[in-house]
Amino acid sequence: MAVARAFRSEWGRIIATLIRVTGDWDLAEECAQEAFARALQRWGRDGIPRNPGAWLTTTARNRALDQLRRSKIGAAKEQEAGVLGSADEPNEPDGSGIVDDRLRLMFTCCHPALSLDAQVALTLRTLAGLTTAEIARAFLVSEQTMAKRLVRAKAKIRNARIPFRVPPGHLLPNRTAAVLGVLYLLFNEGYSATTGIDLVREGLCDEAIRMARVLAELMPDEPEVSGLVSLMLLHHSRRSARADDTGALVPLEEQDRTRWDADAIAEAIELLEVVLRRHEPGPYQVQAAIAACHCTAAETADTDWAEIAQLYEQLSHMLPSPVVTLNRAVAVAMADGPAAGLELVEELEDSGALAGYHLLPATRADLLRRLGRYAEAADAYRRAIELAGTDAERRYLSRRLAETTPAPGSESRP
Amino acid sequence: MRYILMICNDETAIGALSPEERSAATAEYAGFGEELGRLGLLLGGERLRLTTDATTVQVRDGQVLVADGPFAETKEQMGGYYLIDCKDLDEAIEVASRIPGARHGTVEVRPIWEM
Repeated sequence: MAVARAFRSEWGRIIATLIRVTGDWDLAEECAQEAFARALQRWGRDGIPRNPGAWLTTTARNRALDQLRRSKIGAAKEQEAGVLGSADEPNEPDGSGIVDDRLRLMFTCCHPALSLDAQVALTLRTLAGLTTAEIARAFLVSEQTMAKRLVRAKAKIRNARIPFRVPPGHLLPNRTAAVLGVLYLLFNEGYSATTGIDLVREGLCDEAIRMARVLAELMPDEPEVSGLVSLMLLHHSRRSARADDTGALVPLEEQDRTRWDADAIAEAIELLEVVLRRHEPGPYQVQAAIAACHCTAAETADTDWAEIAQLYEQLSHMLPSPVVTLNRAVAVAMADGPAAGLELVEELEDSGALAGYHLLPATRADLLRRLGRYAEAADAYRRAIELAGTDAERRYLSRRLAETTPAPGSESRP
Repeated sequence: MRYILMICNDETAIGALSPEERSAATAEYAGFGEELGRLGLLLGGERLRLTTDATTVQVRDGQVLVADGPFAETKEQMGGYYLIDCKDLDEAIEVASRIPGARHGTVEVRPIWEM
């Protein structure tokens, strides 16, 4: 148990330190694994060390330096990079003060010269400590494919010499956005499981939140990092209410709000309030503010839709995207009536930007239903069902379709 | 660490430049090359003649096959290169992003395979 706990909290830190000290990503993984294997043997017999993290880091680092000394290639590498000189210093100065190695690792894993797929896989392997098999399962590819992806990414870091560092100031805003993008992508993979049957692959959500918390701790001056933590906590707070016992999707307005995680909501709101006071808004903070509107409404009817519509308007300027416009249409429909929302939806349809995205016809269907145009609504529901990616979503839409289609014998309202 | 920066552009677009635009581009490249030299990053670099002057050579079954044209028909063609010596990829990317041709074409950054 102690080893498992230490693994969760220490793996990323150990890997990051070993990469800085040896410059060798494979050696770092190998030696970290050996250190944990040794902990399993020793801690049961000798007791858990006072500082498990330090014990593991020292064990892994000694092992790595040993291996480097022993191999001829290692000797050359040591000389070339002068790595042993820096081994005992906690950090090299790189103009950004005292830097946690995990921060260097995050920025290196999310370097824009790596493909997004590779960024995600490397982050999960090195920082979160997921096995290649676990990452492959999470992204629905074979273990062999994922292993190849990781090998190729590590080779590019080595061959093209992608630096292991926190980028200098003028690159920082873009690179930070890339790291946040990867963490949010991980969260969303876990949250919405694009295909397949389980709605919440909670593991990925937890990992994304855990890494974002570390990032927030390491970059306290970046408001968007706290914004992202808050946003993810708010979404995650609803996890046990999002699906019913059969796995069917429960829409926000029908969720049992007593099943929302009140502690997570309170933490997220506090984080958000602190960060909003800095008046440096960004897309994650605005999205968190929108999620907060939902999470703080005691009843669906209490939701402040006018505020949400206004926040989506603000978001659409920061992050022009048809999905944001679609969400704004939903909020406008709630604040000003379904006809106003439908107008925005029809503009989107005319633009063709979201062709193939099931939530466009699903939203249209919803608005038509509320306007009493049932035949048109039914058509739109059918189109949405064709496009939906998960069984849970298909079941939900089918239920809506059944409500819209008149039962045999009844003439008017469904 | 050595990198080659391959500057790829649409030759027909460059051919359509006015004489004034052309001399402005030439002057800009001259200035950029001088700056790279001053920074001590420049190992070499040349502008290439157009792909209409390219010749491909293959040897198959001992036969030398010669043909007119570039090795592949693409929308953008390599029109020049710089060979630079940089600390890491970030520095190479920074140099690449300042090449005038990067504003309308594409610069491919490739590490040199050191033997």
